[in-house]
Amino acid sequence: MEIRSEYFADERPETLHEIGQSRPRDDAPGHVTGKTGFFADRTFPDLLHLKMVRSPHHHALIKSIDTSEAERHPGVIRVITAKDVPHNLYTILILIQVGPEDETVLADKKVSWKGEAVVAVVATSERAAHEAAAKVKVDYEVLPAVFDMEEALKPGAPEVNPHHPGNYYEYDSGDHRKVRYGNIEEGFAMADHILEQTYSSSPIEQAPTETTGCIVAPEGNDRFTCYTNTQAMFFTLDNTSIILEMPGHKLHMVGGTVGGGFGGKVDVIVEPIAILAARLTGKPVSFIYSREEEMQISSPRAAEKIVIRDGVMNDGRLVARKVTGYTDAGAYSRHSPYGAQKGAAHYPGPYTVPNVWIDTYCVYTNRTPSSAMRGFGVTIADFALEVQMDKLARLIDMDPLEFRFINAYRDGDIKAHRQPTEGAALIECMQEASKVANWPVAEKYMAMSSAKREI
Amino acid sequence: MARIPVQFTLNGQEKAEFIESGATLLNVLRDRMGDTSPKGGCQQGTCGACSVIIDGELRLSCLTLAETCEGATIETAGGLANGSELHPIQQAIVDGFATQCGFCAPGMVMAIKVLLDAKPAPSREDVVEAISGNVCRCTGYEPIIQAVLSVSRSNSQQAV
Repeated sequence: MEIRSEYFADERPETLHEIGQSRPRDDAPGHVTGKTGFFADRTFPDLLHLKMVRSPHHHALIKSIDTSEAERHPGVIRVITAKDVPHNLYTILILIQVGPEDETVLADKKVSWKGEAVVAVVATSERAAHEAAAKVKVDYEVLPAVFDMEEALKPGAPEVNPHHPGNYYEYDSGDHRKVRYGNIEEGFAMADHILEQTYSSSPIEQAPTETTGCIVAPEGNDRFTCYTNTQAMFFTLDNTSIILEMPGHKLHMVGGTVGGGFGGKVDVIVEPIAILAARLTGKPVSFIYSREEEMQISSPRAAEKIVIRDGVMNDGRLVARKVTGYTDAGAYSRHSPYGAQKGAAHYPGPYTVPNVWIDTYCVYTNRTPSSAMRGFGVTIADFALEVQMDKLARLIDMDPLEFRFINAYRDGDIKAHRQPTEGAALIECMQEASKVANWPVAEKYMAMSSAKREI
Repeated sequence: MARIPVQFTLNGQEKAEFIESGATLLNVLRDRMGDTSPKGGCQQGTCGACSVIIDGELRLSCLTLAETCEGATIETAGGLANGSELHPIQQAIVDGFATQCGFCAPGMVMAIKVLLDAKPAPSREDVVEAISGNVCRCTGYEPIIQAVLSVSRSNSQQAV
């Protein structure tokens, strides 16, 4: 490891103790010996197994549910439907007032994506639970489905989620998040060139090697210990408390080492229903996603569509940037309204542009609900922005790195969302990158500083 | 359900258990014998987290029926260290920052052991081939490859 101490030399003491040092990970010896305790590394003599009956349709009304044959299957202890869930409507971020509650734990009236949970089967073995799940009869009336965000926003599109009429998330600012800075029309009017490009991304599955799951053990006093690999312990505790209408002190959440998450284990999905199953049966219950469920059911990074329209001068100055971003939430909100909002704040990227216009929409479709994944809301935005920067540089026949130096934000610059820039280091990172990548730039760029502008 | 007896050697210890016919070695090791070092990442033989060594060969314990292991010698990552002293492969992974979440590490260690037992000084291509059945979603594999090569360099120095 190397520290380039010549950068920001006056902003820190001479001696750094921990920074720049390599330290061994405390948990690594446990990992390589197999001694690290993951949630599933526990055994209970009378453990029950939960399997979910899921919707085979993208969008359908539930006409009836018949669990009688499944209940008679050998080894089945309990079959759980919507009526067993005390508060069968939730949304994770209600904890920070991002409502409305829009998703059922177990579907009762309709399903809005292929894979939505409908009935939970609890049995003495995984095999018995699988076999019994196949015997649950659900009568569906298939509805038209919509998979494309722009189609979903058109009048007359199928209504994905009754809590979101029009198939968009209603922010306090209306049907989308807005950022307005300067005068966008004047910016485009003065530009030497205008470039508009559209960028699209697919959903991305986090694919951790350890699948999502939990094991719940009743403590015998209506208190439950839940061993879980959640990435969001307090989201899980508080949402479970809301869904099961149980005070938090009855719910003992035990986390620990997570076998890879990457955002895929931030949603609250397996714990409430597994705790309910343990409560209804009085026995420990395991609910662990199969690999197929992890890939098909767990929420991926959202698909996005981003339209960027930029005005640029021949001397390299970006003078106008208009962005319209669409985030595909799938059928339910989960973390996507937050992700779309983050995108709005993130544009126009680490560049200072005098005229900015941002609209970001969180759109509902009949696809798998999307949610958190590593920088969600800004990662795809950065992909689009940086590809756009390369195209703009090419358009004005300028070196792409020098083009970024010209537009890089500096300390004190006001961002489009009105926060002043502090602690910027883009200039210095690009200076170092220029050296390391052997991609030389003109001397005036190597003399720039994030702390102040020239002249 | 009818149960059948099975006996094998696990990390140097004689083990005997009555198991359900059709039980996987992974489940028997984890649930019946208390060795949770092999992990179940896919239960379909694609991720390698359950890798163990059976009679010197690398095997996927999630696809191995326990009843076929009668009389076998089985090694897992849980038995590799000598007390509190890590095996050189384990130490190299720790030193090289070649494990992050840790879920693939026990299987990865066994795949590497089979390689180095057969070929103490493997090429980079040999290492890539040897761990190609073990999915790691954290490291990007390069630190693991470098860790294996560091063990191999240390082996060849000892040989001199």
